[in-house]
Parts: sequence; structure tokens; C-alpha cells
Amino acid sequence: MMQIVIASGKGGTGKTTVATSLAQVAAERGAVRFLDCDVEAPNAALFLHPVLETHRDVGIRVPRVDAQACTYCGKCAEVCQFHAIAVVGKKVLVFDDLCHGCGSCTWHCPEQAISEHLAVTGVIDSGTTPEGIAFAQGVMNVGQTMGVPILRELKQWTPATGDAPPSTSLRASGALEIRDAPPGASCPVVETMRGADFALLVTEPTPFGLHDLKQVAAIAHDLGIPAGVVINRDGIGDAAVGTWCADRGLPILLRIPMERRIAEAIASGQTLVDAVPDYRVGFQELLERIVAGVNP
Amino acid sequence: MKLAISIAGQTIDSPFDARFGRAESFCLVDSDTGAWTVHANPALSASGGAGVQAAQFVAKLGAQAVVSGAYGPKAYDTLSAGNIQRFLAPGNEARSGADILAAFRAGQLTEADGTTHGGHHGG
Repeated sequence: MMQIVIASGKGGTGKTTVATSLAQVAAERGAVRFLDCDVEAPNAALFLHPVLETHRDVGIRVPRVDAQACTYCGKCAEVCQFHAIAVVGKKVLVFDDLCHGCGSCTWHCPEQAISEHLAVTGVIDSGTTPEGIAFAQGVMNVGQTMGVPILRELKQWTPATGDAPPSTSLRASGALEIRDAPPGASCPVVETMRGADFALLVTEPTPFGLHDLKQVAAIAHDLGIPAGVVINRDGIGDAAVGTWCADRGLPILLRIPMERRIAEAIASGQTLVDAVPDYRVGFQELLERIVAGVNP
Repeated sequence: MKLAISIAGQTIDSPFDARFGRAESFCLVDSDTGAWTVHANPALSASGGAGVQAAQFVAKLGAQAVVSGAYGPKAYDTLSAGNIQRFLAPGNEARSGADILAAFRAGQLTEADGTTHGGHHGG
């Protein structure tokens, strides 16, 4: 299954606008799985209108120490890179909010005194959209700071078996996974992009858009993922994005002009291709160019 | 009593450092004899959990009490679990480790009776 990730760096450039329209045109030619990976503020559901009927708690596996078996040797605290476990005298303290759930303490404990328990940090909601797109989103609980463990679970998500086993149709040729990345260029963005076959980088022709485009383009480069660019709100700002892309050999695959009717459609919960069908052909061509250029 | 004072420098005459987890070093001093050693704080460059790491470090040094300017919740709990007393010294006036020792001997330092601030997340 080919996996396309939509990223941008700068927030509000149109990642979800592009991802949802791309998913809709892709659903006309084959099975599509859509993952909203912006676990701090997922919003693709506002446009694709899935019925989210399944909810699964996810999180990290935090250590609990059996005081009877523990010898206070301190090995667990020594191997913890995050200082989430402390051994002082004859006491062991675990700080769940520092724990990354890596399992090193459990692995290294010579007394096997550590067991792991799920600390819930978020939920994965899933369902199906009216056009049959298998949809899932990660939602991080308020007060949590680590999105990556939720993203790892989200990327493993497979649609529940319905009348027609989706696993079969998703494996069929032409099946696509579309991941809508969070904004920024930090760990959750890297985790969302990791393993993808193609990175579609949405930007706007402004200095801020270009600055952040450079960051996500560098991540795609370091991860060895081929990339292409969509310029949204084309016509504002300056020509620096186009110049930089030309210098770097990054193809500009689509330009979406600054148009009031697009903004109005997005504000009313419609996708771009539903609201302005003129763009349907543009998105179909965009998808074909990505598919033709990538061998998953 | 073995006292660990957070300082910024290499000797007991170095300036007091009001931060605990991110202090540059700790001056371990015997409050009875005045004998001291200085130990670089391994938590200085920790990406997160500096207070926890620094607390375990001073516990391993054998400190029975700490003097710093502030304690986050995790540092406070870790020191408390190690039965290490937590004294506060104001960080807004220029003082050296030796001045802190003198203040401790004169009984001028107060014990922290709880967390002094909300702590930080180590994303």
C-alpha cells in the first residue's frame, strides 16, 4: 500500500485542505485509508465527516516496581534516559509524565521486579466516511505532552473487518494511505513522515512558509522520502518559494490560488474539491503524478 | 552534617546557584569540619528530569541536606524519599558557597516545606 504524507512545517498552510481533497479523488479509484496524525488538534473529520464508531484508549507502558522483589540496585534508574525512575536508599520513585515507555528499565532489571502498565495518554477514533474512506484520528488527552506514542499506535491501525474485509481491499493494487501530519518540524512530524513513500509539502509563498518548507524538506531528505510541493494561496507574498524549489529540484505539483470562495467553503466544512469542482481535475492529476513517480 | 550546596564554579568560594536541577555543580561540605569537595552536576545538560537526576546524584554523594534556591516537585519528592533535608537560600543576593555554609551554621536557613514551583516537562 502506498503511503503519502502531507506536511508543511508552518501551520495553517493548507495541509488538511490538500489531504482531504486528495483522499476524496483517491477514493474514486481505489481503497483509501486516511490517518489524521495531528494528535494535538485533529480536524480532518470536520471535512470528511466520518462516522467515528470505534474508540480505543492508547498511551505508553509505564513501569511499576514490585517492592518485594526489588533489591534497590539502581540499574533501572541508571539506564533510564529520561530520569523517569529514581532509586534513593530503599525507595523507588516512578514519574509517569517523564516516561517515554521505552521499556529499558523492565529489560534491564536483574530481579524482573518491573511490570508495565498502560498509562492512557490519548484515544484513537475510527470509522468510515460517506465515500467509504477508512478513517482514523489520534487525539491526545489534555495535559499530555508526548504525541509520538499515540502516532505509533495510529500508524498500526487497521480498519475493523466489515462486510467486505478491508484488509483485502487495502492490499489491492492502487490502495493508498494518506497521513495528515501535524504542523511544525518536531518529533511527531518526523514520526508521521517515517516510512512514507512520498511527502507532499504544502506551503504558502511567504518568508514564513519558505522557512518552514526548508525544515520539512530537510526531514524528508534525511528520511529518504521523495517529495513534491503544493503552493497554496498562490499569488500572495513573493516568488522565493518557487525559486528555492527550482534550485533544489523539488517539483511544484499544484498551485492553489488565493480565492475567497475557497476560504468560505473550508469555513463551512466542505472539502476543496466538493466546494469548487474545478479543482477536481487538478487533484486527480496531482495524485497520478505522485503514484506514477513512486514505486511503493 | 554533610551539606550539598548548589554553586556555579569549582570551589566553595564560587557563587551560589539558586537552581537545583540545573546547577552547574554541588559543593559537598561537612558543616562540622568545613572540609569540602566540588562535584559537577551531571543533570546540567539533561533534556528532561534534571531535578530527579540531580537529587539522585546528591543522594549518592552521601548528602544529608541540600541548600538551593528552589525545588521542583520531582526533585522535592526524590530528595524527600532519600531523607535528605531541603534548605532554601534566597538567590537574589550575590553570595558564595562559603557564605551559605556560614548562614547554615548560624541557623539562618529555612527548610522548604513543599515544592517551590510547578516544574517543567521533559518532552
